[in-house]
Amino acid sequence: MIQLDEIQKRLLREVADLHKVPEGAYNIRSNSQSAGRQSTANIEITSKTDVSGLDIRIKPGTKNESVHIPVVMTQSGLKELVYNDFYIGEGADVVIVAGCGIDNCGPQDSEHDGIHRFYVGKNAHVRYVEKHYGSGSGRGKRILNPGTEVYQEEGSSVEMEMVQIKGVDDTERMTTAELAAGARLVVRERLMTHGEQRAVSTYVVTLNGEGASADVVSRSVARDLSFQKFDAKIIGNAACHGHTECDSIIMDQGRILAVPGLEANNVDAALVHEAAIGKIAGDQIIKLMTLGLTEAEAEEQIINGFLR
Amino acid sequence: MLELRNLSFNVSDESDNKEIIRDVSLVIPDRRLIVITGPNGGGKSTLARLIAGIEKPTSGAIIYQGEDITEMSVTDRARRGIAFAFQQPVRFKGIRVLDLIRIASGKTLSVADACEYLSSVGLCARDYIDREVNSSLSGGELKRIEIATVLARNARLAVFDEPEAGIDLWSFQNLVEVFQHMQRRIENGSILIISHQERILNIADEIVVLRSGRVAAHGPREEILPTLIGTASAVNPCRKLEEGGAAQ
Repeated sequence: MIQLDEIQKRLLREVADLHKVPEGAYNIRSNSQSAGRQSTANIEITSKTDVSGLDIRIKPGTKNESVHIPVVMTQSGLKELVYNDFYIGEGADVVIVAGCGIDNCGPQDSEHDGIHRFYVGKNAHVRYVEKHYGSGSGRGKRILNPGTEVYQEEGSSVEMEMVQIKGVDDTERMTTAELAAGARLVVRERLMTHGEQRAVSTYVVTLNGEGASADVVSRSVARDLSFQKFDAKIIGNAACHGHTECDSIIMDQGRILAVPGLEANNVDAALVHEAAIGKIAGDQIIKLMTLGLTEAEAEEQIINGFLR
Repeated sequence: MLELRNLSFNVSDESDNKEIIRDVSLVIPDRRLIVITGPNGGGKSTLARLIAGIEKPTSGAIIYQGEDITEMSVTDRARRGIAFAFQQPVRFKGIRVLDLIRIASGKTLSVADACEYLSSVGLCARDYIDREVNSSLSGGELKRIEIATVLARNARLAVFDEPEAGIDLWSFQNLVEVFQHMQRRIENGSILIISHQERILNIADEIVVLRSGRVAAHGPREEILPTLIGTASAVNPCRKLEEGGAAQ
């Protein structure tokens, strides 16, 4: 395994909570190179031959195993496009931790565009955690454009936790999902932008089978001069349940655009969208001040809780 | 000890200048439970908010433990031991009951200690400690949690603004017991409750009647309460329940 420097280790802690080499299957990508890889008896990680990226094959029935595939970038000016495909066998139950941390101290933009495709077998269960983080004081931007495609077979369930709290200057996130009968998708997105950052998050979830369900919830905070767009669309082609929610706090001169989209193509499709955008309520701050916090401390507590 | 000296509070808009509190002078001694009552719109809640620092008086002074706190922020008053329970408890997305009680106590409270505060307001701690203080909680539950945060502050002056508002009769009876329990444990602080509920007036050491922004009467309960029975300043929650004792 390649030796990681202190900055790379810090990025790994931020995006994957990794303090040491993880147990189970993993691939650590550092500045476009593999810094370490391990397959297990049930989870095989191989490099793609045509494009940059990985094939991750999880055997049917694999239980309680995890895959970590963090990416760290510390070289200014690096730009990469990576395809990672996950094949999750029938009845498997696994945790997949991805995430990308960029530290850019230089003048040039650093960009990681990761396309993740999930082929989830019948009755399989996946918990997917993806954290994005940027640091470094260079003028070069830290750019992340993740693409996520999810194909769920009958009875499968996928829980996705997407977090981007700090330091990413520009992000365009595109998530699509297609669900067969009885499949379930739960997405929890948490996003905070500051400075002049810009973040666009788009979801298109198609519920094709009877009893399929999706619950896509985004909580976000836009501070300073930053801008966010949350565009969530659910298409119901069968008797299904779909719910999207965008709940946002704006501060300073932050701006947020929420675009609800529901398309029901079956009379038994039940689809709901909720969206709320507003500043922190004054009485929330006052309540915490009556508990002894300063105004700034109160704001911090409210935002930390909101983005928990 | 809290002293209000010639306190006035006006609200003005384009056409009007309303006097909400008019030249109120009042001394709240230590080791006392004081209830401020009076008709709706008489300025009771405003007075409580002036004491907590949420509103600033137009004129007059607020002296607390010998220090002039008139210009002091809500935070600084809280740090000096003034606690305030809102009439309409505030909801927070993502902040758990445990977080709020920890913030209130000002220290890293153990879960077991936080549970003590919840139990003392009649909530089964295990069911609530990890719940978010959001709209999934009922008005009564929020109210009890609000009171638990005040208990956790270990305040020298605890101010409750209409604690009975928005809660059901069963919870109300428990609430009176919580105040009685606090009253027995007062050492060097005092409790100030804004309420026109007869049952709360019944446990007061002193009663203040605020009418049209002025102190209309102030004295020991034995002296003031008989003059209020049957008026809007001493409301009985439910005569039927009272007679049947069903709330016991």
